[in-house]
Amino acid sequence: MVEASLAAPPLAAKPTLVELQGVNKTFANGTVALENLNLAVGEHAFISLLGPSGCGKSTALRIVAGLAGASAGRIVWNGNVEIGDIGFVFQEPTLMPWATAFDNVYLPLRLQRMSRGAVEERVLEALDLVGLVDFAKAYPRELSGGMKMRVSIARALVTRPKVLLMDEPFAALDEITRFKLNNDLLDLWRSRRFTVVFVTHSVFESVYLSERILVMATRPGRVVDEIDVTAPYPRDDAFRTSQAYNDWCRLASAALKRAMGEA
Amino acid sequence: MSSAIARAAVRGRHGAQDSPMADARERQSHRDRLLRWGAPVLIAGLALIAWELVVWWNQIPHYILPSPSLVLQSLVRDWGTLSASLLMTLQITFLALAVAIVGGVGLAVLFSLSKWVEFSLFPFAVVLQVTPIVAIAPLILIYVDSTYAALLICAWIVAFFPILANTTLGLNSADHNLQSLFELYGATRWQTMRFLRLPAAMPYFLGGLKIAGGLALIGAIVAEFAAGTAGAGSGLAYRILEAGYRLNIPRMFAALLLISLTGIAIFLTLSLLSHLLLRKWHESALEREK
Ligand SMILES: Nc1ncnc2c1ncn2[C@@H]1O[C@H](COP(=O)(O)OP(=O)(O)OP(=O)(O)O)[C@@H](O)[C@H]1O
Ligand SMILES: [Mg+2]
Repeated sequence: MVEASLAAPPLAAKPTLVELQGVNKTFANGTVALENLNLAVGEHAFISLLGPSGCGKSTALRIVAGLAGASAGRIVWNGNVEIGDIGFVFQEPTLMPWATAFDNVYLPLRLQRMSRGAVEERVLEALDLVGLVDFAKAYPRELSGGMKMRVSIARALVTRPKVLLMDEPFAALDEITRFKLNNDLLDLWRSRRFTVVFVTHSVFESVYLSERILVMATRPGRVVDEIDVTAPYPRDDAFRTSQAYNDWCRLASAALKRAMGEA
Repeated sequence: MSSAIARAAVRGRHGAQDSPMADARERQSHRDRLLRWGAPVLIAGLALIAWELVVWWNQIPHYILPSPSLVLQSLVRDWGTLSASLLMTLQITFLALAVAIVGGVGLAVLFSLSKWVEFSLFPFAVVLQVTPIVAIAPLILIYVDSTYAALLICAWIVAFFPILANTTLGLNSADHNLQSLFELYGATRWQTMRFLRLPAAMPYFLGGLKIAGGLALIGAIVAEFAAGTAGAGSGLAYRILEAGYRLNIPRMFAALLLISLTGIAIFLTLSLLSHLLLRKWHESALEREK
């Protein structure tokens, strides 16, 4: 993994990759999940959506991915989005139980009609990124929860996406595994230069990972606060125990509390 | 057994050690398997001996209740006719099952691709299912010229529905997030069918197949009874009818025995098939890790 230390460039310098403008989402049963949601994601940015349960984070992410339609508003992509430009990681591993880890990661390429032989290297490389090459032939049931999650991240990475959308990917994991996967994700992000939109309800996780935190409020879901975490990368375990980290967490926590008070 | 081998292979690959406790578990599961086969065989043996003794002791005439040994003798003596009939019944059963699989799965796929087709055809499938086969078999025998074809249709009707219903359920039960994922990667309908919905439906289909296998045999037998001696029937049911008219009770029992054995064989074969296809991933075919 590339260890070059790159200071975070000023956020304004990043051209917008995707933008939601005044997005509303009303479900068939009348639930208004999102109302006038505005958010912009810069290229190569690491953005977190932070908010309480039920505030519409998953809905917003699905709309960005095009997996759900907005009831009103616009989704504007800067440039073409080809198939494979978006990687999506669900809250659950969401693997096919009948397929090996290799075949699960191979799936996005297979759907683009690439033959197994032609892309074997790429699939194994993606598995290597998450440290699971040795388990290529294992079935999901033979893997631990964290390993399954890593397979699903490898699957999202195998198409070399421009943007990685992650929906509370580490929420179900224990703290030690989560810290490890946090670090792995940051390393990958810095070496591969993709964009990340990361949904979480953990203040600590959002501060540790992201350049910018969008705080959401409930009913209707909308962005009520933005926090730019200007702490430099690489961030590591030393950052986790630093005073600066503490201060950012307190700030984000207060913003979240305000958002929930407003709800 | 096979899943144990697969597990051992995995264990070997990841370099973990076998412990004495694993040995004990291995022995335990060995005992379980012995019990599973040994106990029913023992019970059956005891029952047969009791039956033989009761007949012999009370001197029950063979046209009322033949002893097991007499049934066996009859089976051996009449093997020529009986085996020909067995073959005939097997042929109809398996042909009907094959057509039921092709038709059931094909229609289920069609249903899952188009709500329109499902809504217009499903009620008729239900009507076929709920109408007792004994009631429609005589009609089918009247309207279809070839008795063979009529028997086939009857067996097919009863075997078809469980496969259709189960496969339809299975095709619709693929994980929604996986479906979203396929959508994200621009999968065609055919790709989603081939790589997601069909594999997801496999356990359901196999469950339906196990039921359909037994029903196909029942359908074939019932239809033969309905055809009676009028038809050109020469299946096992026909042999039972014929032996009944001649009061050849041992031969009736012998034919009955063959039908039961056929049913058991079908069930075991389909169970094995199901196990082989699912042993790598589906909960039903996995031993619980303790
Ligand atoms: N299919 C649906 N039909 C109706 N309402 C829905 C549907 N999906 C979500 N909702 C509603 O939309 C709101 C937002 O849901 P969403 O799943 O986006 O929340 P979330 O922020 O991801 O919550 P969590 O952190 O618990 O995952 C909730 O109030 C929920 O009840
Ligand atoms: Mg959610």
